[in-house]
Amino acid sequence: MQEKNGLKLFIKKVTILIAIAALGGITLVLAIVLAVANRKLYVYEDPRIDIVEDMLPHANCGACGYPGCKPFAEALTKGETNPGKCTVSSEAGIDQIANYLGLTAEREDKKVARLACAGGSNVARKRAKYEGIKSCQAASLISGGGKGCFWGCLGFGDCETVCDFDAISMDQHGLPVVDEDKCTACGDCVEVCPKDLFSLQYQKHQLLVACKNLEVGDEILEECEVACTACGKCAMDAPKGMINIESNLAVIDYSNYTNSQVPIERCPTGAIVWQDNGFMLRGTSHKSIIRKESRPLGSS
Amino acid sequence: MSEEPLWNIFINASLVNNFVLAYFLGICPFLGVSGKLGTATKMGGAVMFVMLISSMCAFGIHLLLEAIGAPFLQLISYIVVIASTVQLVEMFLKKMSPALFKALGIFLPLITTNCAILGLALFQTNKGYNFLECLVYALGAGTGFTLALILIAGFREQLEYADVPKVIKGTVLTLIIAGILSLSFMGFSGLGN
Repeated sequence: MQEKNGLKLFIKKVTILIAIAALGGITLVLAIVLAVANRKLYVYEDPRIDIVEDMLPHANCGACGYPGCKPFAEALTKGETNPGKCTVSSEAGIDQIANYLGLTAEREDKKVARLACAGGSNVARKRAKYEGIKSCQAASLISGGGKGCFWGCLGFGDCETVCDFDAISMDQHGLPVVDEDKCTACGDCVEVCPKDLFSLQYQKHQLLVACKNLEVGDEILEECEVACTACGKCAMDAPKGMINIESNLAVIDYSNYTNSQVPIERCPTGAIVWQDNGFMLRGTSHKSIIRKESRPLGSS
Repeated sequence: MSEEPLWNIFINASLVNNFVLAYFLGICPFLGVSGKLGTATKMGGAVMFVMLISSMCAFGIHLLLEAIGAPFLQLISYIVVIASTVQLVEMFLKKMSPALFKALGIFLPLITTNCAILGLALFQTNKGYNFLECLVYALGAGTGFTLALILIAGFREQLEYADVPKVIKGTVLTLIIAGILSLSFMGFSGLGN
């Protein structure tokens, strides 16, 4: 009886050993195959890519022209682009990447988003009351959004929502104000605005026509007190070719630009403004805006 | 079983008892990687390759386990073999075609736990196929899988441009197409056993 039990135990032990040996053998062979394959098929990935990516701000905004920070880092290590193209990174951050890769950073002049509309609720009239989704894109689908000026800012703040950098805030008259220190010129607000009011401009170009109204004559001042009436005074007094009247709107040619405050002095409505980090400075010749509250709906 | 002609095995595995549409094996890549025709074709190729290799290995391992009297290790050994093969394919793809590697994404390592492949290894053991038959069976199963993937990818690409009701857009529509495809593959059931 005891012998039989011993035999059973022995067989059990052997089976366990066989199982261990068989599985061990199979896994060993496979491990060797994989180890060899790993040697043969090893892909060299530039270790600098990850390091450079860590130095980048991880905003993935696309302002550099690449889909995100990782592709930008790849292009950087290949020498296809320059660290200065990143508009989000701080000066120190750009220098750090440039030093790491042994490059000299070619900085571009800082660009910021600027709004070509100054028609806040205190100067621009609404002709209809919009009661729908609080979004410019939705409102603009319904007869342009109800504002007297078809081209004007609707003020629901799609740009404020879309801005990843907290650089846009709405002021008390429902106009977006860009904090130029925070703005990285990623272009998200340019894309989202249904009225195409934002554009990316060099920060050093402080002169801006803050209007897109294409109508002509003083009648449009009824709709918005700071509209461009296409009077042409600015164009006449500016250096030749710097300001032109195109389709009833003053347009500044930034390729032929001098930073001077003369045009804002000449503008009778205050449509041409001097941008100073979010503040719109107007000339002294135009009628000053003292109204604080919104203009009434519809009536004239 | 050896009286079954090879072409019969092939047709049986690829059409009549299509792994995806008749057995419902390997559904996750079938739904997950079938968005684009190109990716689907290559995924099918990768699965077919893994099927062939693991079928061969499974045949050898089955013999080995029978010889040492430990057939209870079958399942776990198959899993190990399949996992290693997938690892091999992954390395190969990463080296040869990084774009495809990225496109397949998580579904490439998921081939490891693809039930179609483990199912193939177990079926062929159960049916007692010889080596050549195993290869043909694996080839048939791989072809069937690729065929199903290509068919549904084609449908889905076309439907991207179609104006379908909003409620069934996306996953729902994919599942409906899969059902209809499965239904139509029922028609092959008269062909064999």
